[in-house]
Amino acid sequence: MSRALLLLRRRLVGSIFVLLIVIVGTFLLLEAAPGDAVDAYLVSTGGDAGLVEAMRQSWGLDQSAATRLANYLWALLHLDLGQSVAFSRPIRDVILERLPVTLILMGASTALSFGVGSALGIYAGARPGSVRDRVLSTASLALYAVPGFWLALVLVIVFAVDLRWFPISGFETIASGKTGFARAADIARHLVLPVTSLGVIYLALYLRMMRAGMAEVWRLDFIRAARARGLSRRRIVLAHVARNALLPLVTMLGLQSAQMLGGSVVIESIFSVPGLGRLAQEAVAMRDTPLLLGIILVSAILVVLINLLVDIAYAFLDPRVGASEASA
Amino acid sequence: MRRLVQIPEALVGLGILAVLVVMALAAPMLFPGDPLAIKGAPLLPPFQEWSLPLGTDRLGRDVLAELFHGARTSLAVGLAAAAAAIAVGAVIGTLAGFAGGILDETLMRITDAFQTVPSFLLALAFVSVVGPSLTVVVIAIALSAWTGPARVARAEVLSIRERDFVAGARVIGMHPLEIALREVLPNALPPVLALSSVIVASAILIEAALSFLGLGDPNRVTWGGMIAEGRTVLRSAPFLSIVPGIALVLTVLGVYLAGEGVVEGTAVRKGLS
Amino acid sequence: MTGPLVSIRDLSVTYRRDATSFSLRNIDLDIAPGERLAIIGESGSGKSTLALAVAGLLPPTAAVNGAILWSGQLQLPRGGRDIGFVFQDASASLDPVMAVGREIAEVAHTHLDQDWAQAERRALELLRRVKLPDPGTVLHAYPHQLSGGQRQRVAIAAAIAAGPRLLIADEATSALDTIVQAEIVALIRQLVAEDGMALLFVSHDIALAAELADRIAVFRRGEMVELGKANAVIQAPEHAYTKKLLDAHIGLDAEPMIAPVGHGHV
Ligand SMILES: Nc1ncnc2c1ncn2[C@@H]1O[C@H](COP(=O)(O)OP(=O)(O)OP(=O)(O)O)[C@@H](O)[C@H]1O
Ligand SMILES: [Mg+2]
Repeated sequence: MSRALLLLRRRLVGSIFVLLIVIVGTFLLLEAAPGDAVDAYLVSTGGDAGLVEAMRQSWGLDQSAATRLANYLWALLHLDLGQSVAFSRPIRDVILERLPVTLILMGASTALSFGVGSALGIYAGARPGSVRDRVLSTASLALYAVPGFWLALVLVIVFAVDLRWFPISGFETIASGKTGFARAADIARHLVLPVTSLGVIYLALYLRMMRAGMAEVWRLDFIRAARARGLSRRRIVLAHVARNALLPLVTMLGLQSAQMLGGSVVIESIFSVPGLGRLAQEAVAMRDTPLLLGIILVSAILVVLINLLVDIAYAFLDPRVGASEASA
Repeated sequence: MRRLVQIPEALVGLGILAVLVVMALAAPMLFPGDPLAIKGAPLLPPFQEWSLPLGTDRLGRDVLAELFHGARTSLAVGLAAAAAAIAVGAVIGTLAGFAGGILDETLMRITDAFQTVPSFLLALAFVSVVGPSLTVVVIAIALSAWTGPARVARAEVLSIRERDFVAGARVIGMHPLEIALREVLPNALPPVLALSSVIVASAILIEAALSFLGLGDPNRVTWGGMIAEGRTVLRSAPFLSIVPGIALVLTVLGVYLAGEGVVEGTAVRKGLS
Repeated sequence: MTGPLVSIRDLSVTYRRDATSFSLRNIDLDIAPGERLAIIGESGSGKSTLALAVAGLLPPTAAVNGAILWSGQLQLPRGGRDIGFVFQDASASLDPVMAVGREIAEVAHTHLDQDWAQAERRALELLRRVKLPDPGTVLHAYPHQLSGGQRQRVAIAAAIAAGPRLLIADEATSALDTIVQAEIVALIRQLVAEDGMALLFVSHDIALAAELADRIAVFRRGEMVELGKANAVIQAPEHAYTKKLLDAHIGLDAEPMIAPVGHGHV
C-alpha cells in the first residue's frame, strides 16, 4: 500500500507541472484567437460599442500578457473558467452539466473494448499461429482501420434506419417521465450504437496487444517451467500467460483515454449525445473559443485523473512497480 | 524489398498504396477541372450512367471524380503531417536525450502535456482559431503527433549517447549540438521511422474526422467531407457516405499492412545477417 | 527388486528434422527408483536434451526416436506429478507477478486434488522444508524480492510439491555462487534422501556430480561415452574424454571439493 502511495505522490507532483503547461498552452491559443472576449461578447449581444474600452479595462484585457496570464491562472484557481458567449453562462457550469454523459459513454466504451478485446485476445493468443489466431488478428487489423464516425453512420443505417432496433440519436427518450431502472434501460438502449462506434477501434487495439503480448510471454522460461510442473493448459493460459500480457494493456487504458475523449467529439455529434464532445463541436460551430479551451483544460484534467487511477491499478497488478524506490 | 514481397500482408498493403498513389497522381488528368463542379442531375445512383459510373451527390457532382481528388488530399495530409511530426519529434527527442538535465526534464514534461490533451481536441481548437486550410490542418495534426517520435528518439539517444563514436566526436572537439544532430540523430532514426505507418494512418483518420465536422480545407475534396455530405441523405442514398468510407478504410489498412510488412521484413533481414 | 523407474532405450533426438546432426544419439540408460544419477559433459553435449526428453518437454519440432519407459510402461510420466524439474535459472522459472506461495500451491492444487487453502498450507510446509527463513513471509513474497539462492529454493519446493518420484535438476546450481551452490546441493541431497526420490542431476561440474551421485554418465557430442559408479568414473575413468574432463577440473578450482570424495573412498 505504501508503495502505491509513494508512487501516487510522485505522479501527482508531475501532473501538476503537466497541467500548468497545458494551461499556458490554452492561454496562448486564447491569445492567438482573433478578437478577444469583449469582441465576442459584443458580437453575441450586439451591445454598445462605446462601452468597449470600459469593459476591456474591467476584464483586464488592456494589461500585459504576463498580467493576463496571472489573472487567468488566478481565475482558474477559483475554478472560474470564464463566461461562455454561446451559452451566456459560466463555462464551468456548462461543462459540468455535460461531463457525466461523456463519462458514462467513455466508461461503457472502455468496458466494452477492454473486456471483449482482451477476452478475444486471450482466445487468439492461447494458440499462437492457429487458424483462429490468424483470423482474429486479421479481423482486428481491419477493424482498427475503420474510422469511428464512419462506422457510426453504417451502424445507424443498418440498426437504426433499416432494422429499427435502436434509436437514431439522443441520450434518452425526451420527456418520457421514466425513472430508476426504466430510465437506465432507456439510456442503455440509446447508447448501444454510440458506445460501439466509439469503442470498436480500441477493442481491436486491445485484442492485438493481448495476442502480441501473449506471443511474447509464451516464449519466456517461466512458462516452460509452469508446463514442467504439469499445470493444465487453461491455468497456464489464464493465470500465467494472459496475466502477464495484461500489464501493457492496463497502461494503454490510461494512454488511450485522451484519444477516446477526442473520438467522442464526432461520435457525440453524430448521435446528438449531449456530452463534452458534442459541446466541443458546438463551441467550434458557435465560435466560442474560450469554451473550447475550457473543454480542453477539463479534458486534460480528466486524462490526468484517469492516468492516476490507472497507475494505482497497475501498482496493484504488478508487484515490481516502485520496488526499487521503496527499498532505496 | 524482395523479402517484403514474400510477406503476403505487405504485398496487399503495398498494392493498395500503389493504387492510391496512382489515383492521386492521375486525378487531375482523368478528371480535369474542378471536382466540386456540378456534372449532372443530383443524386444519380451508381452504375446508371456511363459517364458518371459512381453517380452524383446531392448537388450533382461526380462521385468518382471526388473520390480520386479526395485520395490526393488524404495522402498529402497524411504524408505531410507524418513527415512534420517525425522531423519535429526526432529533433526534440534527440535534444532531450542528449542534453539531459533540466532541458530534458522540461522537454519531457511538455511532451507529457501534449499527450494529456486529446489530440483531436487540440487539432479542432487550432483549426478553429487559425481557420481551415490544408497547411493549417497539417500543422494541427502534427501538433500532437510529434510526441510519439520524440519519446522513441529520446530513448534511442539515451542508449546511443555513450557509444564509442560519440565519445570519439567529443574527443575531436565537435560542438555538442553538432554531435547530437549529426552523429546521434541519424543513428536514432530507424526505430522512429518504424512509427511512421501508425502516424500516417492516424493523420489520415484525423483529417477525415476534421473534414467530417466541416473543418477541412473548404476548397478541396476530402473523403471526410464527402461522408458528411452524404450523411444529409443517409436514408435515401446511403451509398454516398459508404463509398468514401470504404476508400478511407482501405487506405488506412493499406498503410498499416505495408508498415507492418516493412518492420517485419527488416526484422527478418536483421535476423538473417 | 523392482524394475527401473525410467528406461531409456536407443534414444536419438534431433532438433532439425532435415539435419543429420543429432543432439542425442542411441542412448541406453536406466534410472532405478531412489537412485542418484549425474549427467556430465561439456556445453552442447546433449545433457539438457536428455533431461527434457525424459520429462517430455522437448519442443514439438524436435524429432525423437527410440523409447522412454516410465515404470516399465510406455506411457509418459506426468510433469509435476511424477517428475519434478528444476531449471538452471531460478529467476526465469518463476512467474514475476505471482506470489511464490501461490506458484507452489498451484502444483499441489493441480496434482493432489487439494483446495486452495490446503494447497497454500502445503506450500508453507514446503517453504519450511527447503529451509527458507521466515516462510510465512516468503509465502506472500514475489520473485524479485528474493535472492537467487532463495528463488532456487522456491523452484525446488514447486518441483517437489506433488511428491514426484524423480527429480531432475538441470544445472540447478550453476548460476549461483559457490557457497550458495553447496547449500543447494546439500538441500537436494537431503530432500532426495527423505522422500526416496530418484535424482537426475545435470552438471558440467564433474566434482559436484561425484559428490552427489551414485552413478555418473558422461556425455559428449550427443553420445554417452561412459557410465559407471561415481567413484569408479572419478578414479579410473575409462574414456579419454572423461580423463580430459577430470584433468581440466583438477587443474582449476575444484581441488577442495573433490578431496572429500577421494578420502571417503580410500
Ligand atoms: N531448442 C533447440 N533447437 C535447436 N537446437 C538445439 C536446441 N536445444 C539444443 N540444441 C542443440 O542440441 C545440442 C545439445 O544441446 P543441449 O542443450 O542438450 O546441451 P547441454 O549439454 O545441455 O549444453 P549446456 O551445458 O550448454 O547446457 C547442441 O548442439 C544445441 O545446439
Ligand atoms: Mg543445458
